[in-house]
Amino acid sequence: MTSRQDIRVLVTGVGAVTPVGDDAQSSWEALLAGTSGVTRLDDRFEWMEPLPVKIGAMVPTEPGDRLDRVEARNMDRSVRLALLAFREAWADAGKPDCAKERLATVIGTGIGGITTLLDQYDIFKEKGARRVSPFTIPMMMPNSPAATIALEVGAGAGTRTPVSACGSGSEAIAMALELLRTGRIDVIVAGSTESIFHPLPMVGFSNMRALSTRNDEPERASRPWDTDRDGFVLAEGAGIVILETEEHAKARGAKVYAELAGGGITSDGYHITAPDPSGTGAAAAMTLAMADAGLRPEDIDYINAHGTSTPVGDVAEIDAIKLAFGTHARSFPISSTKSMTGHSLGAAGAIEAVVVAQSIRDSKIHPTINRDKPDEACDLDVVPEGQRDLSIRAALSNSFGFGGHNITLAFRRYDG
Amino acid sequence: MSDEDILTGLAEIINEITGRPTASVVASASFTDDLDIDSLSMVEVAVAAEERFGVKIPDEALAKLKTVQDAIDFIKSAGVPA
Repeated sequence: MTSRQDIRVLVTGVGAVTPVGDDAQSSWEALLAGTSGVTRLDDRFEWMEPLPVKIGAMVPTEPGDRLDRVEARNMDRSVRLALLAFREAWADAGKPDCAKERLATVIGTGIGGITTLLDQYDIFKEKGARRVSPFTIPMMMPNSPAATIALEVGAGAGTRTPVSACGSGSEAIAMALELLRTGRIDVIVAGSTESIFHPLPMVGFSNMRALSTRNDEPERASRPWDTDRDGFVLAEGAGIVILETEEHAKARGAKVYAELAGGGITSDGYHITAPDPSGTGAAAAMTLAMADAGLRPEDIDYINAHGTSTPVGDVAEIDAIKLAFGTHARSFPISSTKSMTGHSLGAAGAIEAVVVAQSIRDSKIHPTINRDKPDEACDLDVVPEGQRDLSIRAALSNSFGFGGHNITLAFRRYDG
Repeated sequence: MSDEDILTGLAEIINEITGRPTASVVASASFTDDLDIDSLSMVEVAVAAEERFGVKIPDEALAKLKTVQDAIDFIKSAGVPA
């Protein structure tokens, strides 16, 4: 019997739909080039007119246009995005042959099918109860992406949906790691999705004063660790990784991006939205992830940060990294994918896991764009100058969510 | 409205909702066995038919509609002007 410590978990396929690309590879190339996916959206959405925020980051191609019309008809936009990312990842992994009872899905979301819910409520009010779609519930339920993908792939070992706001994507991947280590499952489709471009959630975030209002320079609005940052930019997207036990991957000769070596999950217990300024919980997530992976701080060559461009959150993460790494915090770079993609909430951690896998594969890291005037409180190496060649032995990916969720994933180069 | 007109209308609705070719929607076709329409999609078909033909299809009646011809007969009897 294999013990859980003996089971290693590998990333054997990736897929993503992001504001900078319709697939994982084009997104990665855009990120390396420092391309922003943030645009004005008030020409597209009339309802934005009275809002203080008129920018956001949406995927390049309408997801419904990339799916069969009938197939897409009863799917929330967030499910469409997840399905597209899944199909890419599954093909990228070579469509692993796996027994139904040893194949699972773990797909998170921060908010779920809220645009479906609100659109159907509009129909209810305007046209009456009879006209509300009988698919409203399966379209809006937060487990819809996980269940839809499980149906398509034929997964019988469970369909799970962690919900931890902006930590959901990383939490899904951490949960998948734990499940694979039980030895009861061979392959897991893991990731997350989000799309909430509707006036109500937009106003909700806007009234929290969480969003950037740099409407006149959308591509410069997401500026993590810059002195002039003023909030995050709302984005949509999906990221999927195919996770597989080493034994299963080796047996079929799978190509490998990296090893998913560890996960660390903590909670602040401090405030429903504000990060604990001491950084204790976030630092503990990083420390736990490294310990779980059997890594020392000096083994880490890169951190893909949460880095959302909020005044408070950006400093809290830097302080947490310093707390977790001590003086070693200055010896490796960190960068923010969200400086280019904006913040896709529950999808972000999964998209960034894809990015870390690509970083390890290509020995390259993408920059943090728009860091023009360094915030003195954020004095680590955040790669402001452009992409960088970097051989990565191991890397962390941080995600934090409203509710005090802290999730760190640890990835390691896999040399067989 | 003739049987033929109602059939054409139903075929368009079913094509819109399920993607089944309109030619496959023949009077003798069973909604479940031949056209593979599940119960949720059948609700959508009924609501669309109500709107198109200006009739009411109560749930008790809907449950009895097994074939396209059943639906044509019900819609005619429910008061679509000839």
